[in-house]
Amino acid sequence: MLGFLVRRLASAFLVLVLVSMAVFALFFLGPGNPARPLCDLNGRCTPEKLELLTEQMGLNDSVVHQYGIWAKGLVHDRQIDFGPTYDCQAPCLGISYSTREQVTTELKQKFPATLSLAIGGALTYLVVGVILGSIAAKFRGTSTDRGLVTFSLLVSSVPFYVVALLAWIFLSLTWKIFPDTSYHPITEGVGPWAWGLMLPWLVIGLTNSTVYARFTRGQMVETLSEDYVRTATAKGVRRNKVLFKHSLRASVVPIVTLFGLDFAFLLGGTVFTEYIFDIDGIGNWGIRAIRAPQDFPVITATVLIGAFFIVIANIVVDLMYSVLDPRVRVS
Amino acid sequence: MTTQDQGFLTQGGLSESPSDVDAAYLVVDHLSVRFPTYNGLVQAVTDLSYTVRRGQTLGIVGESGSGKSVSSMAVLGLHNPKSTRLEGSIKVGGKEVVGADDSQMRKMRGNDVAMIFQDALTALHPFYSVGHQISEAYRIHHSVSKSVAKKRAIEMLDRVGIPQARSRVDDYPHQFSGGMRQRAMIAMALVNDPTLLIADEPTTALDVTVQAQILDLLQDLQREFNSAIIIITHDLGVIAEMADDVLVMYAGRAVETGPTKLILTHPEMPYTWGLLSSVPDVTADTEARLIPIPGNPPSLLTPPTGCPFHPRCVHKDKVPGDLCVTTLPELAAAQVGVQHRRRCHLPDPESVYQTEVLPEIAPDLIDPATGEPIAALQEIDMAVLEAVAADNRPGVVSERQLRESGDDQVRPDQPATFSKENEDRHP
Repeated sequence: MLGFLVRRLASAFLVLVLVSMAVFALFFLGPGNPARPLCDLNGRCTPEKLELLTEQMGLNDSVVHQYGIWAKGLVHDRQIDFGPTYDCQAPCLGISYSTREQVTTELKQKFPATLSLAIGGALTYLVVGVILGSIAAKFRGTSTDRGLVTFSLLVSSVPFYVVALLAWIFLSLTWKIFPDTSYHPITEGVGPWAWGLMLPWLVIGLTNSTVYARFTRGQMVETLSEDYVRTATAKGVRRNKVLFKHSLRASVVPIVTLFGLDFAFLLGGTVFTEYIFDIDGIGNWGIRAIRAPQDFPVITATVLIGAFFIVIANIVVDLMYSVLDPRVRVS
Repeated sequence: MTTQDQGFLTQGGLSESPSDVDAAYLVVDHLSVRFPTYNGLVQAVTDLSYTVRRGQTLGIVGESGSGKSVSSMAVLGLHNPKSTRLEGSIKVGGKEVVGADDSQMRKMRGNDVAMIFQDALTALHPFYSVGHQISEAYRIHHSVSKSVAKKRAIEMLDRVGIPQARSRVDDYPHQFSGGMRQRAMIAMALVNDPTLLIADEPTTALDVTVQAQILDLLQDLQREFNSAIIIITHDLGVIAEMADDVLVMYAGRAVETGPTKLILTHPEMPYTWGLLSSVPDVTADTEARLIPIPGNPPSLLTPPTGCPFHPRCVHKDKVPGDLCVTTLPELAAAQVGVQHRRRCHLPDPESVYQTEVLPEIAPDLIDPATGEPIAALQEIDMAVLEAVAADNRPGVVSERQLRESGDDQVRPDQPATFSKENEDRHP
């Protein structure tokens, strides 16, 4: 078990190193001078000013050398010079061009909003999706089943941002059912936190639940025809218990796999949701960084944080297998 | 002889005592199971009638797709009512099963009637411990605490011969060997002391030593609780070991039925002959080839006309005209033995078996000089016939059921017990 974990963590680390190299290379090998956005941020950018900045930032050195300095910053404090000199404490992901704040400090500020959005939204779609899917499986072939499947296809054929925009315009602005859609830290009270995020949660939850409903339905229809489910019926187990105990229990492993990866994806930034509902999280931060003038250190940080959660989620899902499926439990 | 003839007639044709049917714990009456599909109606079981009494073991034999499992799953109501058409009647302990609602069925399932499924690896839930699955079966029908049910599960595992039951009870099915899984399956089926146990190929996946242990176990448990057992198998060895009576099924119908001893020694239906010829003989020459039944089982979407076995039957030329192709034979009284019935147009199947089939499948039992069975076999045969004749148990198919089918005519030219003619052949 420990050996398995060590191996998985080592390969996860390797993946993250490769991702960081790729992102780093993209910016430096791409067209244009990476110092340009920074130069644009300080009044008129003259060629002399640009050249000076390029020299100060060490952009004339080889990419490998620069990556070395950047990577070293993850474990050692370093100084960053773009005109004025900034101290950047380890783990240093750079200094934001636009705010002149340490990227890690900003990350810490923005992450709770994204985490809150992701937890609420993911739980909503998991619960709603699995319940609807089980119901569809129970009544498969009937009008209830067909209705649910059709509804789910309809919802998932509308782009997410259209649903989110419509929800915001009607439910928040026009009808004022959720007048306040904004992020309040949970430290200010669970009530305002939950109420402020309720509409984004519902939007994320209901639109994504269709995927889970169809996936759960498919899994359940499959397990319902398994011999061991028939055995349960032959023992005299109630129909609903056959469904929600024996059949659902056997369907849960692939559902958890899907959920783990989806949840990690949400943690990497719920871009549309944060943008439309104006929530200051990782997604919004990333979008602002991409728009000209680009904020390279922030972009690198958001890509890395996204990759980090996906990699961790994969390990967690693998560990969950051994909890959920006794056949892969390592003794 | 005369008294025996009268005995049969009294019991069968003249005054059927009502207790004959009442004593039967399971009465399957003109059961048809059909599945509508896109390609048409699959006629899995057609007009099947049989009875099983407490303490009796009925063996149901036949090829895959002959309707053995389908008919017994109907007893537990395990077919999805939406995709299954059930006709006829199944009475368990006097209660009607066909059309019963789910709550009535639930009380019966696992409690009065339990089933041992064929492949214990797929029939046990992979995510629940063996003990959990056994105690769940117990708690459904007994309101006891979890710890009491677990004690019961350990007791059952112990009884079916799982070593260290106390520590193995929390194991998952994949941690058990094949034989142990089958035992656990049996423990689960027996946890509520069922009156009727349906064992669907309980030993097919097991090696022979384990197979013998499992069969012994079933017999012990039957003695203890006087249960009725239906054993579904295509293994005639298992039938010979276990069953009091046999029901041979082909294409969803009963084609031959009777006491096991008779079916194995005086089969009168070419399909049963085929089953017997397909059994390997360990004493035979290694060069000897098995004789398979030619052809494939018939399509149940479009069953053959007349006798369902006629496309594969090598003896149909002995039947005058095209009777085999046009007319379904009745489940009529056989030439040899009381309570022995078969569906066949052959005018004298007994002599075809003795002169053509037996020399082919068991040449060492035939005296090469005379062409007659060897003396030892004749002795055994007489003993079998006497034992069967002295046995006055009711048949697998009750007389009432036969009357309703119109299958009851005792042909005047073919007395329904072993006759003078047969005696001539077995002096």
